Amino acid sequence: MKHLLSINDLSKSDAISILDTAQELARVSDGPMKKLPTLRGRTIVNLFAEDSTRTRISFEAAAKRLSADVINFSAKGSSISKGESLKDTAQTLQAMGADAVIIRHGASGAAQRLADSQWMSGSVINAGDGTHEHPSQALLDAFTIRKHLSKGGSDLSGLRVAIVGDVLHSRVARSNVLLLSMLGAQVVLVAPPTLLPVGVESWPCEISYDLDDVISTVDAVMMLRIQLERMNELFFPNAREYSRYFGLNSDRIRTLKQSAIVMHPGPMNRGLEITADAADGARSVIVEQVANGVSIRMAILYLLLAGSQEIGAAL
Amino acid sequence: MSLVLPAPDISRALTRISHEILERNAGSKAITLLGIPTRGAHLAKRIAEIISKIENLPIQVGTLDITLHRDDLRLRPPRALMPTMIPSLGVEGRNVILVDDVLFSGRTIRAALDALGEIGRPKSVQLAILVDRGHRELPIRADYVGKNIPTSISQSVIVHLTELDGVDEVLIEGSSE
Repeated sequence: MKHLLSINDLSKSDAISILDTAQELARVSDGPMKKLPTLRGRTIVNLFAEDSTRTRISFEAAAKRLSADVINFSAKGSSISKGESLKDTAQTLQAMGADAVIIRHGASGAAQRLADSQWMSGSVINAGDGTHEHPSQALLDAFTIRKHLSKGGSDLSGLRVAIVGDVLHSRVARSNVLLLSMLGAQVVLVAPPTLLPVGVESWPCEISYDLDDVISTVDAVMMLRIQLERMNELFFPNAREYSRYFGLNSDRIRTLKQSAIVMHPGPMNRGLEITADAADGARSVIVEQVANGVSIRMAILYLLLAGSQEIGAAL
Repeated sequence: MSLVLPAPDISRALTRISHEILERNAGSKAITLLGIPTRGAHLAKRIAEIISKIENLPIQVGTLDITLHRDDLRLRPPRALMPTMIPSLGVEGRNVILVDDVLFSGRTIRAALDALGEIGRPKSVQLAILVDRGHRELPIRADYVGKNIPTSISQSVIVHLTELDGVDEVLIEGSSE
């Protein structure tokens, strides 16, 4: 495999091999020496045409722990803000000898376009494209769920996961539904009908409009951010009503199963989809998700870049 | 394919190596055995069992994956990582004995030394090997050798262990020409 663009590019065994590799690499992050020589001499470009904290920093940390050279590049402060096209940007990166480009872009399909074009020869890793996919986030979520809840199993069979909130604008939700169901988990989407995308009936998951109905049946609850920047029409009457029906608060935390965990891909709108005490409570693994993100991204970079592309890949 | 080391010979070699390790390190108190996955890890466990029986003490034994330190990563498709398990006392100040099945070019051991350096600073590092087949490409030698088997570069040495393959044996494939 050369690129990571969508969860659909992965087979179940590919996904499990990424999780297993991340598990071994997590050891490096825990150890005293956080550096491996594996990707020495490789150049990785972080091309972020949309804002990001966690994804960009954790890809950068992952690349640096594997000794790759990292070039950071964001829309603000580069020629993208002067209107340079993706093609010209890509050709510039090619000329500088980038071995991989990690791209975040507001347009769905931007990563695919970059990978399919002949503009550059390196690997392309999708770090979120519009409302389409965010595969590395789904992988780190699956890794976190497996670590906490799967008793020694390699997949997620027997687990039930609720994904709650703004599914319509969420690339995280789409990637997670595909990945978690592939790994054997039952996924249930919980959202007001206005925040579910057209065609959601064909996704491999259940759909519910009532959080209180679902919350006591799940092993993990993943809250999604209300993406105010993408909301150009009225999707719910007001924030208070949304948070009363679909927000995670301490009353709802009490109805969770004993072992259940609370997740959020970040950044959080505290007080809207999740209250502060739910976000910082004992069930919350939100900060751990960030740490796991580094291990997962190290695994992705290792599997895509460490070996020879000519001979074909184990992935 | 010819059988060069049958099961009883392997067992005798491991027993001898265990005694040599004890002799050289004046007992088992300061030693830590680290096997290189996959077959080296099983051999390390076996040597630890033998030493533990002789000394009547538990032995520090673990595994060390070297994949991320290999110098031939770019020549092959990406490899799956194997588990690394460092025993409770760590490697700092210990006499670490690396255990592997076959010593050939020496590149695996170079990678193991690098991997070990990331974990800590052992007092000394020694190498125990079941089969030394020659053709070294680096200035590396083994401290404990099960059997020296001269081979031609075109031959392959195949080690089978009960834990993985159901049988203990060392075979040579290919002609010596």
